Amino acid sequence: MEKFGFKISKTRVIDFDQNDKSVAEFIYTNEPSFRLCIECGGCSATCTAGNFIPFSLRELQILLKRGETEKVKDNIEKCMLCGKCSLVCPRGVNTRNIIELAKRAFKTPELHAV
Amino acid sequence: MITGNVVVVGGGVAGMEVAGQLARSGCMVSLIEKESSAGGHIKEWHHLFPDRRNSMEVTDYLARQINHDNITLLTGTTIARMGYGKKVFTVDTENGKSISADAVVVATGFDLFRSERKEEYGYGIYDNVITSADLEVMFRNGEIKLTDGRRPEKIGIVHCVGSRDEKVGNIYCSKLCCITAVKQAMELKEHLSDARVYCFYMDMRMGGALYEETYRESQEKYGINFIRGKVSEVGETIDHKLIIKVEDTLVGRPLRMELDMIVLMAGMEMSKGGEQMAQIFGLKTGENRFFAAADHHYGSNESNVEALFFAGSCTAPMNITETISHARAAAAEVICYLRKAER
Amino acid sequence: MKNEGRKRIWAEYQKEIADDHFFYVRSCIRQSFFPGSEQFFLNFMRNVLGKDIYENPSHTTCTGIGYHGDIVPLATIMTVVARHFALMTEAGYKNIAISCVTSFGIYTEIIETWKHFPGELEKTREYLYKATGREFNIPENMAHTSDIIYKFRNEIAEKAKNPLVNRQTGEPLRVIEHIGCHYSKMFPKYGVGGAEFPHVLSGMAEAWGGEVIDYPERRHCCGFGFRQYLVQANRGYSISNTVKKFDSMKPFKPDLVLTNCPGCNMFMDKWQYTIREMEGTTYGENGESIPVLTYEELAGLVMGYNPWDLGLQYHMVQSEPLLRKMGIEFDGQDKFKTKDGRQMPLPKNLINVV
Repeated sequence: MEKFGFKISKTRVIDFDQNDKSVAEFIYTNEPSFRLCIECGGCSATCTAGNFIPFSLRELQILLKRGETEKVKDNIEKCMLCGKCSLVCPRGVNTRNIIELAKRAFKTPELHAV
Repeated sequence: MITGNVVVVGGGVAGMEVAGQLARSGCMVSLIEKESSAGGHIKEWHHLFPDRRNSMEVTDYLARQINHDNITLLTGTTIARMGYGKKVFTVDTENGKSISADAVVVATGFDLFRSERKEEYGYGIYDNVITSADLEVMFRNGEIKLTDGRRPEKIGIVHCVGSRDEKVGNIYCSKLCCITAVKQAMELKEHLSDARVYCFYMDMRMGGALYEETYRESQEKYGINFIRGKVSEVGETIDHKLIIKVEDTLVGRPLRMELDMIVLMAGMEMSKGGEQMAQIFGLKTGENRFFAAADHHYGSNESNVEALFFAGSCTAPMNITETISHARAAAAEVICYLRKAER
Repeated sequence: MKNEGRKRIWAEYQKEIADDHFFYVRSCIRQSFFPGSEQFFLNFMRNVLGKDIYENPSHTTCTGIGYHGDIVPLATIMTVVARHFALMTEAGYKNIAISCVTSFGIYTEIIETWKHFPGELEKTREYLYKATGREFNIPENMAHTSDIIYKFRNEIAEKAKNPLVNRQTGEPLRVIEHIGCHYSKMFPKYGVGGAEFPHVLSGMAEAWGGEVIDYPERRHCCGFGFRQYLVQANRGYSISNTVKKFDSMKPFKPDLVLTNCPGCNMFMDKWQYTIREMEGTTYGENGESIPVLTYEELAGLVMGYNPWDLGLQYHMVQSEPLLRKMGIEFDGQDKFKTKDGRQMPLPKNLINVV
């Protein structure tokens, strides 16, 4: 309510304990290389989509791990599945499979819901 | 073989190794240690990185190194005064001994950063905030417990405590804490397979042999989580859980997390004993307060005083491999010096 | 929370606080919004402890709010502060007692600036001399008035008529201590107990029988933030921080909030009203709000002063719930009467009164 001409903001802190991290758990189980990311940004630097629109696979992976899934849900659809990210990843993360698993998890919540 | 009397100050890894090497070359060595036994910090450490071997294997090696007729081990001994004239040192101990030496090796090592100085982490104030050294004691005792006896389920490891931090006067990197964090995180998982472990780091500095491989192993096999950001504050919830403030710098947003236990990766500082030696011997120290060797590249054992040499982490943070190599190099320098003096 | 650990920290941050002969500088907010606090301080120091405290009517605002609001330039505020030092010097005083935490921060920061940039000090001397013909010495001892009450906390405890104890349960009252950011966050060495675990207010609360609560957002700013408050549209920043603090302290069921900063007191008090109006949230028990007191007001209650002489009625959140817990007798009818018994207009929307 804007009774006095200003609003009370919600905190932008990542509330790690309250966040639902089940999508990340689902991916960890089905694609263990998801754990290996060291946040170098190679994937997003080379990304076909990310060069034109706000889309960073590096960021999406970390958001999934923190349980900030709402921010990932629609965004992940921007991936064009070209596979360049897998090609450049220095840790051998199977990025395409991570995207596929995340999409599946969003479409079929019963796969991971606790 | 050569002859000569050498005083080695400090009976830790470097001092023991240099004493052993010199004794085997024919020198008579007085090894001075302030504690009641030799061995240094490694005595308190359970397992060593990167391979997690038992530290006893290294301490046993060092004990063999100093088991030599040419070595006199003086424990519980500190140095009071030192004189130098006609190429001979006269070293007076606090307990009244006077030792003549042709050369001196300073191997006074490091002190662990006193983590209570980072007040915001509440070490000594909040239960279950412990240091890397405290955790090694728990590992040695074989049990990881909270103060109320429960097993921790969620553990945070804070890197860079007292390192890379102008606020405590230490702008340098202590170099060993990142790999120690990774090692301890894996060991925690071995003790507590259900626990979740989070490392909070500023940079992962995995420069040593097998470090990066160990880091990867910790992610792949142990599921250790890494969050990039410096913890700025530790508090306590009404349920006596610890709560941290950190920025997840790779998301660009602050993050809060409750934890059962926090392990602080205490950095390395110039030792108090080293500072006393700097006073007594008139030795130069650097901006990081460690001894400043004569040349960074090819004279890292030489000091600004003739016939006085450095060995080990009194010159900079070093791991055990580097310390032993540096100690051997110091022994070579001493031998070289004594040979020249003989001629 | 282990006390030995806190004591070790406190031992490292013991500042020297002068014992007598103070040049007193008031706070703009405090003398306007809760005037009983400064009145208590002067009365306590002069008449109870017999100390010499001098006030000069030519003392002005330090312009700190304008400075932090980007209106007053640094050279101006340094000259204003220099003028206060000149008044002090002219009156023959060397110890300054500062009523406001913003001013305390300003004075501290300016003196530190002069230490590191002596050229700035020389320029300030020149500006002041050209403008007013005055010259000044830098104070030998600088204390916030909460430092001084801290110093004499045990003298107050000895005279306590109403210790910080719930008369009904016999339990110590649960005190939230909130330290103004500019008291020690910029220069921990000038704050009693430093910045992470300050002792200035917790020392008082404990000496007077209370129990200090450590809650997760204890070290968080009250949200005042000067510029954030001064522009109406930005007040959301300010109040959101206050919400964060109160949300965090609520489970601990505090009996009162104790502050040493005028801004914190004003905002932790008045925002409770605003939050209740905007979102219907209250933070005390039984739908009440938490009284927010200055250290002088609390000292006065402990020593048995009449709550209305201390000016507690001038807060938005009324202190009745606290007075009842402490077993202090009061007459609600006298709240807004002048000393000679005339009734003043009654304020609307006071909180915590039935």
